[in-house]
Order: sequence, then structure tokens, then C-alpha cells
Amino acid sequence: MRYIDEFRRPQLARSLLATIEARSTRPVRFMEFCGGHTHAIFRYGLRQMLPPTVSLRSGPGCPVCVTANSDLDQALALARQSDVILATFGDMMRVPGSRGSLQMAKAKGADVRIVYSTLDALEMARLNPHRPVVFLGVGFETTAPTVAAAIVQAEAEGLENFTVLSLHKLTPPATRAILDAGEVRLSGIIGPGHVTTVVGSKAWEFVPHEYAIPCAVAGFEPVDILRAVAALVDMAESGRPAVANTYSRSVRPEGNRTALQLVDQVFEVNEANWRGLGPVPDSGLRIRSEYARFDAALTFPLHPGPTREPKGCRCGEVLRGTVEPPDCPLYRRTCTPARPIGPCMVSAEGVCAAWFRYGERP
Amino acid sequence: MCLAIPTLIISIQGTTARAAIGGVERTISLALTPEAQVGEYVLVHTGFAISVVDEEEARETLRLLEEMATLYDEETLADEPGR
Repeated sequence: MRYIDEFRRPQLARSLLATIEARSTRPVRFMEFCGGHTHAIFRYGLRQMLPPTVSLRSGPGCPVCVTANSDLDQALALARQSDVILATFGDMMRVPGSRGSLQMAKAKGADVRIVYSTLDALEMARLNPHRPVVFLGVGFETTAPTVAAAIVQAEAEGLENFTVLSLHKLTPPATRAILDAGEVRLSGIIGPGHVTTVVGSKAWEFVPHEYAIPCAVAGFEPVDILRAVAALVDMAESGRPAVANTYSRSVRPEGNRTALQLVDQVFEVNEANWRGLGPVPDSGLRIRSEYARFDAALTFPLHPGPTREPKGCRCGEVLRGTVEPPDCPLYRRTCTPARPIGPCMVSAEGVCAAWFRYGERP
Repeated sequence: MCLAIPTLIISIQGTTARAAIGGVERTISLALTPEAQVGEYVLVHTGFAISVVDEEEARETLRLLEEMATLYDEETLADEPGR
């Protein structure tokens, strides 16, 4: 067993689709929070396979996309500091801020380096003891523990030139913000599989309890996603909303306790500013005062100036699920993966990038 | 960014492990999954294992799905005229 091919078998997908079709009697719309799910759904053409009563809508689950322009500008200002090495995951490089992208800053001489892991950034700090190494902490609950682990490690080693600009965001509060706004009618939520591996399926109990709609936590293979949709249709039809864990090979109700403890040790929850959603209470992670010397926001108090949003770009609405990419006047015309204007077209997890790459619903 | 890949652990040294991802070996951190053992699959996200894949759960999921698929095949065949 390799846990990949087994969950791509056409025979299993066909029977799940038949089950969904047989069970579904009224129109429902489910939101997949996670950008990984969005890409899997488009890559395997799952939207087109579902019966007309079942539609899917993409949510704000792309960490790069939901990073507010003001935060991006802060990262850019940091990168432009002399001596600073800015370490970032690759998909942040091309995201346009108010005044250029990290890639453009690098072209003009800023030392911006792509890392695969926070451990690579730590190694960079060890190898460059006389230069400040700043890790750009962008990501959801899956990434935050890896950043916490790096900070704890840096403290243990006495690495004094390593800091983090923490722009981490939390997914359940964002889901709540979308449900509270009520701009898009949703009959259920496809829960993010790897975020939930960390936070635990219990973290989604508020969806059925407070909003009376079901949530199904899903894996990332096509059979996994169809299984979650089948569970959602079943719960929506029976009028018994609950949290279904259809990714039980990785997700446990209580999550990954080691990871959660590390996050709690290093970070505290605060308000975060989301592109599209604006400020959302308790949806971000700030470095605790005990670890203040690892906080790049304190070490480098920069004021990058007023932010500018790209004119005409509807990324914010795409992230809220109120419009789909073709509703944006820039999509495919002036905004393409080769020359992206909004972050949803840049990131490998962005909704616009998925539509562009895999085609649209007929 | 939230992608994680099932990866087989080959050897463990302290909090790091050598693991095989699609035939390529690399070093990963077990800081978040100290319980992981050699021979187990872990899901790796940006160089860190975030969970140990529960083989029993995976088998049970597949068993249920296969049962459903068999039932579906039988019904489909029964519905077709001339069979």
C-alpha cells in the first residue's frame, strides 16, 4: 500500500458518484476550504462528474492568496533592508504587493532565498552568523508547528540572527467569518485534510452545532474527495448535520497534540488581516512575548507606506466564494499565470490558477 | 502549501529520519511525530512529518469502498437487459 494509487481507482470513484446521484434530491452547494482540494477537484474534473444538484465552491484556503497586501509590503520592506536574508517558501516570490514582488526585489539586489522547510532557514542562519535571517511565516495550521519547531530549535542553539515574520492564519475562524457573512449560501463544508490532521476533527464541531450544516474532512485523492461529498450529501438529505471524518488514515479527533503544544508554546492567537475577509478576530498567530527576540515584526519596525490594491482584481471576492474567476474582468485577459495581477493566479493553490490550468466548467 | 505526501521511513536518528518520497531519499524532521517508527508511512509537509498514516484505518476505508463498488457493479449488471 502506498496510500495514493488505491485512492485513485476509477471503480471506487464510479460507485461513489452513483451513490451521490442516487441520494441527492435537492440542490446543494459545498465549499472546499483548502486550496489543495481546489486543485485536486479541478485536476480530476470532479465538478463536471457530480450530478447537477451538487455544486462545489472554492474558499479562502490558499495562504499566499489570503496574505493581505499590507503584510506583503512589510515582507518586501524587510527584504530591502541591507544585510537581511529573507527566506521564503517559493510561492510567495511572484505575489505582487503594492510596489513590486519579492522576485522583483531580488532582481534589484535584495537577498531573497527560497527554502523548502523552516529547517533550511535555520541552516542559513547558522551559515551566515553575521547576517539577520528572516523567515517569512506564511501558512495555516499545518505550517505553524514547523515554524514553532524552528524557533524552539533556534533558542536551544542560541541562534541570535534568526527571526520570523509571523503571518500565520487559522482556518476555522475564517470559515466562521464566511458563514457569518452569509454572502454565499452553503449547505456544507469540505474540511481541509492536513490542517485538520493538526487541529483535529473536533475543531469543526462548531459548523454543525452553530450553523446547522455538515462538515466532512477529506483527503486529497479523488476518491477521498468524492467520499466526503457523498457524506455531505447524505447528511444534508437526512437533515442530520455532523462532522464526518473521511480522512481517518491521517486525521484524529484530537489532532496532533505534539504539534498543537508547540504552537501554543511559541504563539498566541490574535486578530489577523485577510485579503478578501479583512480583519478576522482570533484568526492569526503572533509570537509570544517569551519569544519576542525571534519576532521580526519587533526587530525590524518598518513602515512600508500606504497599500495599493491592483485595479479591477476580484481576488478578494474569489476568496470569499462570492464570485468565480471568470467573473473577474482581468481573468485570462490581462491576468495569467505568466503575468499574474492577483495572488489567486500566482499560487499553485490559487483558485484562478486552478481554473486557468485545468479549464472551466462547460 | 498544505500538501503532504505519504512517505516511508527508512531510518531514524534522534528527531530526524531518512525517508523515501517517490524513490528519492531525503531527511525529514520527526519533531512533530516522535512516535513514528521505521517502516511506517508518515505525511510530510515542508520537511516535517505531521502524522503517522494509520494503516488499519486506510484498509478499513478501502474495504468499505470496495464493498460499495461491488454492490454497485452487481446492481448495474442486474439492471442491464439481457443479463
